[in-house]
Amino acid sequence: MVAVTPETGQDRALAAAFEAAVAADERVEPRDWMPEEYRASLVRQMAQHAHSEIIGMQPEANWITRAPSLRRKAILMAKVQDEAGHGLYLYSAAETLGTSRDELLDKLHSGRQKYSSIFNYPTLTWADVGAIGWLVDGAAITNQVPLCRCSYGPYARAMVRICKEESFHQRQGYELLLALSKGTEAQHAMAQDAVDRWWWPSLMMFGPPDDESAHSAQSMAWRIKRHSNDELRQRFVDIAVPQSEALGLTLPDPDIRWNEERGHYDFGAIDWTEFWEVLKGNGPCNEQRITQRRRAHEEGAWVREAAAAHAEKQARAHAEAPAQADADAAADADADAHAQQHEEARV
Amino acid sequence: MTATVPTTATVPATAALALGDDALVLSHRLGEWAGHAPVLEEEVALANIALDLLGQARVLLSLVGDEDELAFLREERAFRNLQLVEQPNGDFAHTIARQLYFSLHQHLLWTELAAGDGPFAPLAAKAVKETAYHVDHAAQWTVRLGDGTEESTRRMRAALDALWKYTGEMFQPVDGLDVDGSALEQRWLAELAEVLDRARLSLPEGPRTGAWSAGAGRQGLHTEPFGRMLAEMQHLHRSHPGASW
Repeated sequence: MVAVTPETGQDRALAAAFEAAVAADERVEPRDWMPEEYRASLVRQMAQHAHSEIIGMQPEANWITRAPSLRRKAILMAKVQDEAGHGLYLYSAAETLGTSRDELLDKLHSGRQKYSSIFNYPTLTWADVGAIGWLVDGAAITNQVPLCRCSYGPYARAMVRICKEESFHQRQGYELLLALSKGTEAQHAMAQDAVDRWWWPSLMMFGPPDDESAHSAQSMAWRIKRHSNDELRQRFVDIAVPQSEALGLTLPDPDIRWNEERGHYDFGAIDWTEFWEVLKGNGPCNEQRITQRRRAHEEGAWVREAAAAHAEKQARAHAEAPAQADADAAADADADAHAQQHEEARV
Repeated sequence: MTATVPTTATVPATAALALGDDALVLSHRLGEWAGHAPVLEEEVALANIALDLLGQARVLLSLVGDEDELAFLREERAFRNLQLVEQPNGDFAHTIARQLYFSLHQHLLWTELAAGDGPFAPLAAKAVKETAYHVDHAAQWTVRLGDGTEESTRRMRAALDALWKYTGEMFQPVDGLDVDGSALEQRWLAELAEVLDRARLSLPEGPRTGAWSAGAGRQGLHTEPFGRMLAEMQHLHRSHPGASW
């Protein structure tokens, strides 16, 4: 294990090489030397991101069984499935830093690691599915596109694929809201109500203002993060305001107006008290989300144990009769390859 | 048991509805797993199967009429799906047993229809590939659970037994479906026995159809949980008559 602070000449040389590589925008790969704080910071961020993907399935899955048309149902199921897939890529990327998925899930279930607070809000109507796509996924993309250039290779590469899919998610949300906005009076009202409820929490997704952000400065120096919270938030507002006009929906902020001098939209003050309260666990769904996650995990324990026990029996059989076990393994690998191919064809 | 109605250039509506409703309803049940699966890989896999089935349902229902009107505006008694596919998810073993029974059947059916030149041949040619994966998935889990731990063996056996009585309906003749039901049934039993053998389980015993002479799902007679499933599935669409989404 490498020392946390470079104490020896060799450590100092490694640290200097690392800093130089990051400054030159080179990618850090799993086998490269890296400071322990860099590793820990990445694991924290990637875990939080992975957890957000799998907790984020819940508010949308809430509407799969009630989707109002078969086309919308197919789109929503595919989207929730993508989120499970994103969780998989991200847990795998975190594993390259030596932290297993089980370990990270334990931390999520015991409350030692967080997920994005946005998912602690409820999806009360069908229009919320659209608002999540347009605003929440829109905010997520604004945050995540720069991560495709993050200094850690496996994370950056996972983000390239994730961002492509997120951009589809954002478009389906926008398109869903557009259909509602141009639909019946009741549908339009449903869309407006959803935007009213999701706008401010979406702005909070960029995190606290720059001067109150705990991890920002170091993450920027390490090129894990490329832009400050406030810069990204402004970028999001600048994109969302004209889109809301095209949608025929209003944003619940009377202070939004174009500022010619800044070349940006001004917007009103965010209620950070709500942000910190939700983060502390007092949001409308914190308890429900984590309870459902834990329950799924606990109720699935016997399934995972069975799979492990079966794999062990197969391994034992392999030791005793290698030829037959090889044939079984080949059949399994073949089936896996088929599933993978099938998945890619569909995407 | 042979359906003798010849296929014609026009689509046999009864058959399209029966097969379309099977796919629609099972897709819905699988969709209920989202966010509840025992392991992340199964979130992806179950959603994949649900999406394939929903795709098949949309093609089949569209052969008969407007897919949304058929899905959201029909009453329970007008649905023609098998009772098997409407059964609640239960534990993971029940979901796998239901899938194994159904996908083995659907795979044989699509294979046969793909080989012919009837109105379902184009869909069947695509669906048979999807269904081959569904069979693999269900068979692999049946083997893992059947030959896993004591608890998983017990649960898998219980699930296979519980759903056994719904399997006979799959081989009843359907108007407009040109297949030999009893030949299909023999192949289904053989393939099922092979999977169960690998899982160190035996074929369940007991009757494979209910005692109700009025019939079952194909006659629009369903089990009680199905009404609740439809209530949930249809309520939003029905709450906004004439709206488009």
